Amino acid sequence: MSTKQFLLSGFGGQGILFAGKLLAYKGLNAGKNVSWLPSYGPEMRGGTASCSVIISDEPVGSPIVSEPDILVAMNLPSLDRFESSVAPGGIIFADSTLIERKVERDDVTAYYVPATKMASDNNTPTLANMILMGKILKVLDDFDDESVTAALSKVISAKHADMLEVNKHAMQLGADFE
Amino acid sequence: MSEKVLMKGNEAIAEAAIRAGCRHYFGYPITPQTEVAAYMAKVMPKIGGTFLQAESEIAAINMVYGVASCGLRVMTSSSSPGISLKGEGLSYLAGADLPALVVNVQRGGPGLGGIQPSQSDYFQATRGGGHGDYHMIVLAPASVQEMAELTVRGFELADKYRMTAMILADGTMGQMMEPVSLDFNVAPVPEKPWATTGTKMAREHNIINSLYLKPDELERGNFARYEKYAEVEANEARYEEYLTDDADIIIAAFGIAARVSRNAVNEARKQGIKVGLIRPITLWPFPKAPFKMAADHAKAFISVELSMGQMIEDVKLATECRVPVTLCNRAGGMIPSPAEVLAAIKKISEGGND
Repeated sequence: MSTKQFLLSGFGGQGILFAGKLLAYKGLNAGKNVSWLPSYGPEMRGGTASCSVIISDEPVGSPIVSEPDILVAMNLPSLDRFESSVAPGGIIFADSTLIERKVERDDVTAYYVPATKMASDNNTPTLANMILMGKILKVLDDFDDESVTAALSKVISAKHADMLEVNKHAMQLGADFE
Repeated sequence: MSEKVLMKGNEAIAEAAIRAGCRHYFGYPITPQTEVAAYMAKVMPKIGGTFLQAESEIAAINMVYGVASCGLRVMTSSSSPGISLKGEGLSYLAGADLPALVVNVQRGGPGLGGIQPSQSDYFQATRGGGHGDYHMIVLAPASVQEMAELTVRGFELADKYRMTAMILADGTMGQMMEPVSLDFNVAPVPEKPWATTGTKMAREHNIINSLYLKPDELERGNFARYEKYAEVEANEARYEEYLTDDADIIIAAFGIAARVSRNAVNEARKQGIKVGLIRPITLWPFPKAPFKMAADHAKAFISVELSMGQMIEDVKLATECRVPVTLCNRAGGMIPSPAEVLAAIKKISEGGND
């Protein structure tokens, strides 16, 4: 597949932009063309924050993802808003702690991960995003220790290097979740 | 080639400016360009530079005037309403023939408008922005890499021609991250014998001024400036063409609109429609030549813009109205989708078959 378009969405503060950055760096490290575009509207204050990430073998045209191949919904408003926009045959990842309903479309594949609860059980309540990322990369057959570590070391500043292992562990939890 | 890093467009502008030798930045926060100022605030103090958050945009542009007078590379950045406030200063910079870099990361207008991306300051930028007869060199990046490279280019052109160069970006370009290589060449800063650097009692005073009360003197200055502008128009127009050779339909688009249009061109080509894209990289001077040439074989032009249709006037002028030019646009912070641009292409294409 030459182009993957991701749309990540959730509440401001759930680490949507950070997770998107990890995806982008992972693509960049793999020699792909990438773009990362955040929503920067007033909705970031409490409402839905979203982030478009494109990873492609071709030069990226428009950086705006309007028909995602992969939707990551970290809260109900995100699923409500973006479910219909997912490309047929696409994949939806939902944080099932915060989203009680199921995906209604039958032409997409849905994965439900209770990421917020898992993060809280793991004593890292802010890392639900990374648990989902672990699951996503696993499903996309793109989860390996070396590339995950390389991408994490790009998005985690040297000042917070101790967080690398913590993030990696969270991703592993997500990757192992069945 | 150096390692590529992910940077926001706004950060790439700031880092490129520093690498181009800019050590003086004056600004005032406004969405969606604030990262430029934030980056400068973080880095300038560490390298002996000046970051100063002015009390207003008007103060900031006048500080730019001061540093430019001293012959140093200097910049300010803002977004649409803030650029309007700088309008007076832009005119004074032109009247005093001072080189400076001004960045406009556009948002929707008029008035305070909104904070989402827009290209509706095209007229303001390409026609000068303030009062009087003058131009700025206007550069329109369409990627984070170009945000960096055109910033360097902007400083070089500004110094070469003693003019203000403006980076005309938009909220998308400012906020998006893409891989960027910062491994570019920076030409040496030229001598500036006109600058107010202190006479050391060894030369006549240099005077930086834009007040000329004798009309014949002011007229001479204006004519001289326009001779310089003619030279800029002859030498500095830049553009990128994409699949234009055999195109029946030509899209004109810059910045984010060109990125969206490129998707639409690819899709239209798949459907057998011969369409191409001319992307102006300089908006002033406007790259007239490729449009004039394309008008010899193309049946129609479409100007794709995030405005109510501003560049379309330059497309009509450049093609001398020999072929129809239509507009495909969104405004107020909305961005046309590739599907909307494709629909505009198909409408023209099907219309042509009647």
